[in-house]
Amino acid sequence: MNSDIGEDKVPLLQLLTPEGARVTGRGNSAYRKRIAGLKPEQLRGMYRDMVLTRRFDDEATSLQRQGELGLYAPSRGQEAAQVGNAYALAPQDFVFPSYREHGVLQVRGVDPVDRLEFYRGTDHGGWNPLEYNAQVYTVVIGSQALHAAGYAMGVQRDGLVGTGDPAKDTAVVTYFGDGATSQGDVNEGLVFAAVNQAPVVFFCQNNQWAISEPTTRQTRTPLYKRGEGFGIPSLRVDGNDVLACYAATQEALERARSGGGPTFIEAFTYRMGAHTTSDDPTRYRTTEQEEIWRKRDPIDRLRILLENEGAIDGDFEAELRAEADALGERLRERTRKLEPATKTQMFETVYATEHSIVSEDRAWFEAYEAGEPTDATYATSAPAGAASQTAVAQQGGTR
Amino acid sequence: MANQSFPLPDVGEGLTEAEIVEWRVKPGDPVQVNQTIVEIETAKSLVELPSPWSGTVAGLLVEPGTTVEVGTPIIEITVGGAAASDGGPGSDVPAADSAGLSDSSDSEASGSVLVGYGTQEAKASGRRRRYQDGRSATSAPSPSAPSPSAPSPSAPAPSAPAPSAPVRAAQAPPAPAPAPAPTGGVVSVPAPGTNTRVLAKPPVRKLAKDLGIDLAGVHASGPGGIVTREDVLAHQAAAQPKPLATYAGDTEPWLESGAVSVDGRETRVPVKSVRKRTAEAMVASAFTAPHVTVFHTLDVTRTMELVENLKKDRDFSEVKVTPLLIAAKAVLLAIRRHPQINASWDEAAQEIVYKHYANLGIAAATPRGLVVPNIKDAHRLDLLELATAIADLTATARDGRTQPSAMTGGTFTITNVGVFGIDTGTPILNPGEAGILAFGAIRQQPWVHDGELAVRWVTQLSLSIDHRLVDGELGAKFLADVAAVLQDPARGLVWGR
Repeated sequence: MNSDIGEDKVPLLQLLTPEGARVTGRGNSAYRKRIAGLKPEQLRGMYRDMVLTRRFDDEATSLQRQGELGLYAPSRGQEAAQVGNAYALAPQDFVFPSYREHGVLQVRGVDPVDRLEFYRGTDHGGWNPLEYNAQVYTVVIGSQALHAAGYAMGVQRDGLVGTGDPAKDTAVVTYFGDGATSQGDVNEGLVFAAVNQAPVVFFCQNNQWAISEPTTRQTRTPLYKRGEGFGIPSLRVDGNDVLACYAATQEALERARSGGGPTFIEAFTYRMGAHTTSDDPTRYRTTEQEEIWRKRDPIDRLRILLENEGAIDGDFEAELRAEADALGERLRERTRKLEPATKTQMFETVYATEHSIVSEDRAWFEAYEAGEPTDATYATSAPAGAASQTAVAQQGGTR
Repeated sequence: MANQSFPLPDVGEGLTEAEIVEWRVKPGDPVQVNQTIVEIETAKSLVELPSPWSGTVAGLLVEPGTTVEVGTPIIEITVGGAAASDGGPGSDVPAADSAGLSDSSDSEASGSVLVGYGTQEAKASGRRRRYQDGRSATSAPSPSAPSPSAPSPSAPAPSAPAPSAPVRAAQAPPAPAPAPAPTGGVVSVPAPGTNTRVLAKPPVRKLAKDLGIDLAGVHASGPGGIVTREDVLAHQAAAQPKPLATYAGDTEPWLESGAVSVDGRETRVPVKSVRKRTAEAMVASAFTAPHVTVFHTLDVTRTMELVENLKKDRDFSEVKVTPLLIAAKAVLLAIRRHPQINASWDEAAQEIVYKHYANLGIAAATPRGLVVPNIKDAHRLDLLELATAIADLTATARDGRTQPSAMTGGTFTITNVGVFGIDTGTPILNPGEAGILAFGAIRQQPWVHDGELAVRWVTQLSLSIDHRLVDGELGAKFLADVAAVLQDPARGLVWGR
């Protein structure tokens, strides 16, 4: 079942080794220049955001186990890919996450409590995307690739690409996993982005597991080569290397903002936790494999670098631990108090302006909720539909 | 200092119940927020639950091995304030509370934390009664399930001795602290039946307490019978579970969570889950219903021909056709001709309950043990629907996803011992049913056919019946009818609806 998509067979951009040392080879000097200017406080910021993202993960997982969240999808192991990528963003750039981009949203400044509204089921989104230039979590696998391609085409048509003004030129990033590359939506997004040369970065975090399906069941070719097939410049980076992810994203964003079109980045990483709190990875993968990746923990390698370069000390670590504890406590306190939004909220944000069909639906729903008699056709059509479904199911059974 | 109770959450999406596998805390223990307190098993996986609060465990409300519905309170935690009940009124709970746990198999880590309930009969409070009802609705339908009794949840935890409390040697040995290691606990040596106070210096007492060792069971080598530090450490070393001698690729899943004896020659595994339910059901059945078993050997060559033909049939192309399918159909036809066998003995009401429906159980060996899910209203199904139902039922059982509701309400069971290459057996009735058919292996054998010796497909059937309501004559006629259909499936046309 082995095909040539694994880590050993494919060139991989790495600037920071698992042992926490900077890579000094000859082949990557262009990327090394991009990180040479990163100041200690910027590296500390990355480290802080990665640690806080992991704490957010742990706390949210516990809250789900305590019955406070309906579901949670942890990002453990993918902090470097997400944080490194997000640090390359400009304020005017816009991101379209999946349901796992907690690190990206941490860097974008979305309140962690707001982020749990969705997982508690008290709100359809949790924040105003325009406030952070970050779309809400998207659960439908891969659909955000289309949203991002469309938004990027809009950016083009607004004339916000290739002006040469760094405060104006805008790029878009969308995030998805290895499993999503099998979805039509992602491939359609790649087609539209490529032929329109839209300013969008496809950031694929290959965490090697589409729930329980390994990447070998999704592709015969390394995923970054998918981008090349659409005519999109593509590369694979070490997704557990925050510096490589930063440098590769920066290059891609510059290409996008200057009118050079889309880029496909495969961040090769590993989902250290479960797919979601409803999943049990012990049923389909080995602890040996998990152990190999635990030794490549993205947070550990950045910490070692910072320690060796004298960028952090014990005081910094203690303060960060306290900050993480405070974050945990705030999440526990505030999440338990989150109340459901009004039931009619779903009708309010579908269209920007009044829409006759949505208004009709809303009126019916309000009457139903109030216990008033509703339109009879609604009530009778449902059982008829159910009956015909049953008939179809039975036919299906006897085929 | 308020008591909070933690209701069992839905840790998946839309799960309705879970089994309490192992408590990681015991009454009186201090707990931190997000500390693991219990391991549960859902239909999907094993899950550890973290504590929502910091405080002290006031009481465990559900026994390990019990399945409870989502929303059921499972633990009470006294939130806020310092831990440690101060040995105030009520802390001197009589030894009787833990007496039922003196059995050595129960002194294993997870069992002993339930000091105070789990073994006594009667005097169940209203709260527990409700819980017990919920349990009987979701677990195996065993009439003899022990009724757990409980202390009132507000009673102070008896197992939190004040630090200076004397060791009450044999009266109420303190529960061994649960070993943090997930597999197995220390097999503790029962305390000798002396009432004398054990002599030891305070640091040694502390060491013993930290290691979860009862000083009363430790051999004292010091002057004047004092237990020394070395004695405690030697005891600890001797009581450590020994790793089993295994070789690569050797998996012995039945030993999981067991504790190896001191000499390494035995492993004690707590009886839980499916094993426990199977045992309860079989004991209940074997010692309440007088079993009679009748046997029949027959030529099923025509059934085998029918199976081969059905395999080629387009209608059956997507479903597995096996002789078991024809046997199931034969049983349903025989039930139709002898409905008295499709019945249940109601001892309490002194009534026989005749069922006008057939919920046909199929015994299935699964990685989790024996389960007997049944096909609801099997008498209404045509052959293809029956085949699909059997395939679904066995696939679900092998995946370990059989729901409790699928295992209740059966009216007749088939156990397909033939798949193991066995000719026949004397099956034990599924509780609440009056008949069970064992379907043996089908082999090519010499057989007199049409007056000549021929090689034919031959099998054995055996039928166990509850003799309280089914007599030998009825059992014999029923079995003969099942055999008649298997000998000549065309008989099904005559008897079918």
